[in-house]
Amino acid sequence: MTALAKLARLIRSKNAGPFELTFDIMFEDEATYQRVKASGMVTRERVAACYGLEPSQVKFFLCDNALAIKASIPRPVFQGDPRDSDGHGGQQYAPLMDIEIP
Amino acid sequence: MEEMRILSPTGVCGSGFVENSFEKALSQKPHVIGCDAGSTDPGPAYLGSGRTAFPREAIHRDLRLMLLGARRLKVPLLVGSAGTGGNDAQLEGMHQLVKEIAAAEGLSFQLALIHAEQNKDYLRKRLREGRIKPLDPAPGFDEETIDRSEHIVGMMGAEPFIRALEAGADVVIAGRASDTAIFASMPIMRGFPEGLAWHAGKILECGAASVVQRKTPDCMFAWLRKDHFVVEAPDPGLTCTPQSIASHSLYENADPFRLVECSGTLDLTHSRYEALTPRSVKVSGSRFIPAQRYTVKLEGAEKAGYQSILIGSVRDPFIIRQIDDWTARLEEKIHGRVRMVYGDRLKHDDYLLFIRVYGKNGTMGALEPVKEIRSHELCLTFEVTAPTQEIASTIASITRHQALHLPIPEWSGLITAVACPYNHLDRGAVYRFNVNHVVEPGDPCEMFPMDLFAIKGTQEERRAA
Repeated sequence: MTALAKLARLIRSKNAGPFELTFDIMFEDEATYQRVKASGMVTRERVAACYGLEPSQVKFFLCDNALAIKASIPRPVFQGDPRDSDGHGGQQYAPLMDIEIP
Repeated sequence: MEEMRILSPTGVCGSGFVENSFEKALSQKPHVIGCDAGSTDPGPAYLGSGRTAFPREAIHRDLRLMLLGARRLKVPLLVGSAGTGGNDAQLEGMHQLVKEIAAAEGLSFQLALIHAEQNKDYLRKRLREGRIKPLDPAPGFDEETIDRSEHIVGMMGAEPFIRALEAGADVVIAGRASDTAIFASMPIMRGFPEGLAWHAGKILECGAASVVQRKTPDCMFAWLRKDHFVVEAPDPGLTCTPQSIASHSLYENADPFRLVECSGTLDLTHSRYEALTPRSVKVSGSRFIPAQRYTVKLEGAEKAGYQSILIGSVRDPFIIRQIDDWTARLEEKIHGRVRMVYGDRLKHDDYLLFIRVYGKNGTMGALEPVKEIRSHELCLTFEVTAPTQEIASTIASITRHQALHLPIPEWSGLITAVACPYNHLDRGAVYRFNVNHVVEPGDPCEMFPMDLFAIKGTQEERRAA
C-alpha cells in the first residue's frame, strides 16, 4: 500500500467560485494514473467520506487526457463569510493525501 | 480570415509579465491583445468596497505596456473585469489610468467602456418576472438582498465586446466579464468555430499558468485556425505539453469538461491535445453547445458588518485538553457581559462572535476529519462582527478580558489563560458574497451599457454610442 501523496505529482484544493471547493489529484505518468484509477480507492464515495459528506454532494471526474482525478464539493462556509478560514480554499486537500493505494 | 493570432500578456492585469516575452509575442503579430483584470478569488471585499486587489501602480505598469504594444501594432486591446470586481467605481479607476497613460504617451485611439454594475430597479423587475434563477449552491436572493447589496455586477459574455469592436473601439475596458469571453469575442466575430474560440480563451485567460512550470506571471500566445488551435508561451524557457494544457481546464472549475458561458457550454469531452513541437500544443475537437436561453451570472457583495479581531494563544495543557468546553464557556461569559453592557440596545443576533482554534481545526473547520489533537500549544483568533466598528471594538475588548481570566477546575485562584501578542485590531467593514444566480436578459447587451470616447493624448471626447 502506498499513500496517494506519494503517487501524485500534485494534490491541490482551490475555490471554484465563492460557493464551491474543488480538488485536483494530478499524476506525472500514465502508469501511475492508471494504477490509482484501477485501484478503485479514489472514488466519489471516498472523497465524501474524507470530508464527512454524502456521495450525492460530491461531483467526481476522471480526466484521462490530463492524467488527473477531480472532485468538487459545496463550501461549508461561503468564501469570505465571517466564519470562513480559507479565502482561496487552498489548504483543504490534506485528508486526500493519506488515501492508501494498493 | 484563416488564422487569428491572440496574445494574453498575463493572467491578471497588475500581476505582471516579462517585457522580453511581451516583445517576442508582439513580433508574432497578434490580431488582438486581451487581458483579464479581476476575479472573485481575492474575496468579497473588493467588489464590496471598490478597492482593487492589485495596487494601482502595478496595474498602471501592465496597462501602459499593453496599450503601447496594442497601439504600435494597431490591434485592439480588450480588458475585462476592470479593477478586480468590475463594478462602476473600479471601471472608472481603470478609465482614469487609461487617460493618464494616453496623455503621458501621446496616444490616440477610440475607447469603449462597458459597464457591468447592475441597476437595482432592473434586477427587481427581472426578479418579479421570475427571470433570476439560482445556481447550485446559492444563498437566498430576494428584493431585500438587492437592497442590502453594496454592488451587484453581471458577468458579461462575448457580445458586449463584439458590439464595442463593431463600433470601432481600439481599446475596450469592460467591467465584470467572463474571463474567457475577453478572448473568444474577436474570433467569434470573425466566424471561427465557437468551440475552439472558447477553449483557446479558457487557456489564454490565465496567461502562462498552463505551462508545465511557470516561473513568474507571463504571456501566452495562440494561433487559432478553422479546425484547431496551437498554444505556445513566448518565453522560450516555458513549455506547454498536452498534459499541462489538458490539466488547465481543471483549475478553479467545478467541472473540468463542461464550462458554462452566457451563450452556451464549452464541452471538452472530445478535445484532443497533441504536442506540435517540444513546447507547443495543438488542440482540436472542442465543442460549443449553444444554450436554450441566454443567461448572465450575477455577483454581489453586501456589508457583513464591522470587525475587530483578537489573537491569542494557550500553552497550559489543562486548558488545551478541555479547549472545546473552555471556548463554549467563554462564549457564554462574553455574551453575558455584552448583555450587561448594552442591555436591550444590542440583541444577540446583532453581532457574531467566532473563535477559531488553530492547532485543532482552524484551517478546515467543519471539514476537519482529525478530532484528536496532540498540540502542545494552540492559537486562538477571536473575531467579532457587529453593526458598527465601535460595537465590534467594545466586544473585542470584553472578549480579551473574559478570555484572560476564565477559570478552569484544575487551578484555584485567578489565572491568566491566554497569551496575547498585542491588543485587538479593528478591521473596518467586512463583506460577503450574496448572490449565485443568473438573469435571463432580453438581449445579451441590455445589462451592459457602453460609453465611447475618442482619446487624443490629453483630450477625451465622448462619442454617441
